[in-house]
Parts: sequence; C-alpha cells; structure tokens
Amino acid sequence: MKNLLPAMAFLLAAPMAQACETFTSGDISVQQAWSRASIGTGRPAVLYLEITNSGAMDDALLGLTTPAASMPMLHETTVTDGVAAMPHAASIPVPAGQTVALSPGGFHGMLMGLTAPLVEGEKFPITLTFEKAGALDVSVDILSMRAQEAACDDAK
Amino acid sequence: MRRRQIILSLAGVAGASAFMLGLGAWKTRNRAVPNPLLPLPLTSMDWRLTNHVGQEVTPADLRGRPAMVFFGFTYCPDVCPTTLLDIADWLEALGSDADRLTVALITVDPERDTPDVLADYISNFDPRIIGLTGSMGETACAAADFRISFDKMPTVDGDYTINHTAGVFLFYANGRFASIIDFHEDRRFAVPKLRRILA
Ligand SMILES: [Cu+2]
Repeated sequence: MKNLLPAMAFLLAAPMAQACETFTSGDISVQQAWSRASIGTGRPAVLYLEITNSGAMDDALLGLTTPAASMPMLHETTVTDGVAAMPHAASIPVPAGQTVALSPGGFHGMLMGLTAPLVEGEKFPITLTFEKAGALDVSVDILSMRAQEAACDDAK
Repeated sequence: MRRRQIILSLAGVAGASAFMLGLGAWKTRNRAVPNPLLPLPLTSMDWRLTNHVGQEVTPADLRGRPAMVFFGFTYCPDVCPTTLLDIADWLEALGSDADRLTVALITVDPERDTPDVLADYISNFDPRIIGLTGSMGETACAAADFRISFDKMPTVDGDYTINHTAGVFLFYANGRFASIIDFHEDRRFAVPKLRRILA
C-alpha cells in the first residue's frame, strides 16, 4: 500500500509516456536511461540504458559515477551451467556504428550504497566515462519496481 | 532492446544439451537412479522451510497442484527481479489457469530474507508467489534436493551477493519433475511449458 501513493501522485503529475531524452558527447549518445524504485537504501539498485556510437571509431564505456550511490559499478550478468553471476565489467565495448544496451539480464550499472531511496517518478544524474568520448552526464528515470524496459515514447 | 531474449548464450546451449543428455539417461535408466543434474521428484525431497507468513512448508505441501519453483534473493538487483517480472507475465498470460499453480521463490539468502522481508518484497510482484526461507542448513537441504548451487560472493562495498542457479523448475501435480525454464530462454517457450504441467 505504501508504494501506491507516490505512484498515484506521479500518474497525476506527468503523462506516462514522454519523449526519450538523448544525451550526447561527440559520436556517443545515450538514451532510455532508467532504473527501478528501491525499497529503502539497503539493496543495490540497477541502471539500464542504450548507447549509440554514430562515429567511425570503436569506443567503450569504462565506468560511472553518481551522487545516488557511493559504489556504482558496471556489471555483466552471465549464466554458466545454469548458474547466474554478475562479474564486474571493466569495459563495455561500443563498436563504431552500433547500439549497445545495458538491459535486464545482461550488462547493467550496479548501484551499491544508495545515498537515498530511489523514488518512482523522480530522476537522478549519472556521469558515464567513455574511453574516447570522455565524460557524459545523463539523467536516469526512476520507474516502478515492476518496470521491464524504458517508459519513454520511442522505447523499443 | 531486450538482449537476453535474443541471445542464446553458449552456456545456454551447453546447458540445454547437458539437460537433454541427462533426460535421455534418465529415461533409459527407467528412473532407477536419480539424475545428478535434475531436481528430485517432490515425492523424494526432504526439506522443511518457512513461508513468508511464518508457516512451515514441506515438499508434500507442493504436491496436489502443478508447481513452479525457483531460487533467488531479495537483494538481487538484476536476475531476480527479471525472473519475478517474467513469472508475473507468464501468470497473466495463463489467465485463470494460473490460479491452479503453486509458485514458490526459495531464498538462497536466508540470513537477510526473513519471512517478513520476503513478504514485503514479493508483494511488489504477484500475490500468488509464495516466499520460502529457513536456516542455512534447511536452505542447503532444499538446494541439494533441487540440485541447485548457490555461492556467497563478497562485493566491493563490503556487502555480498549470491551466485545461484537461475532456472525455473516445473513439477506436475503428482510431484514428478517436468522441465526447466532457463534464464535466457525465449519466453515464447515458457508459457507452453507451463500449460503442459497444467494439462
Ligand atoms: Cu550487478
């Protein structure tokens, strides 16, 4: 029940589908950045987004920082012999001309040490670091705990 | 982009082949020897756990209705919400037939996932999902019966996460093991597998 009120307030405050915001630095653009509402700050949260490299040179995502978490990290969910693990990803390749997704069950940002609960309908900033494109500030939409993909208009 | 539905990982292929080989061995042996890769039938299991409202649950309680059982933990940020949301979608796709299923999440993190914590967490997904927890020993016993593995891994923030078997196990109403829905399996195969245990 306690999750219902903020959710309703959000429904009243904003239409469900809004245009996807795109954040660009050089040849790299990031869109559909989203996370899920958290229960308190004890559990790690996730971060999903899409990165498009419109240039002719390969790039790579090397890491992220955010005021929302003291220990943010890139992870990749892997399944070996049926056993799921999520090792640290030292870098996520973003080849020239391609779009790479951080999405459920694959690459993700892992936000450990949340500094405040993530509240549905709110946003938080992150700074991504790319090998070639450098730093890129992105705003992340906090969706419901039941979200499975980005909620903006051109989300696939 | 829903990458995990598109990519059939090598691990998944290897797992599926091992599974099919295992199934062949199982059949030719005419059930004489339990297969080390597959869960025991519920009728041969021996665990004792506590559900999210504090009641004791044994394998006998899961018989009489088709059952879907999976392992996870509430501090799991990616795999477990993904599985829970998939399951909520499958239950919705099954319509009222889903009410005839027992759906159970067994936590591999009994230290943090007390009955109250489980109750609070699963209330965010589907009210038909029951949460099961126990002591470390009781959890290990259930894990052995289902032939699953779980392994506590320290994280950089001084906390821990748990590697664990991510498949969803399906059982017929008589307790016989039916099939596994793998984590990266195409969801189009999941609902037919569920219909088979409901038939
Ligand atoms: Cu992770």
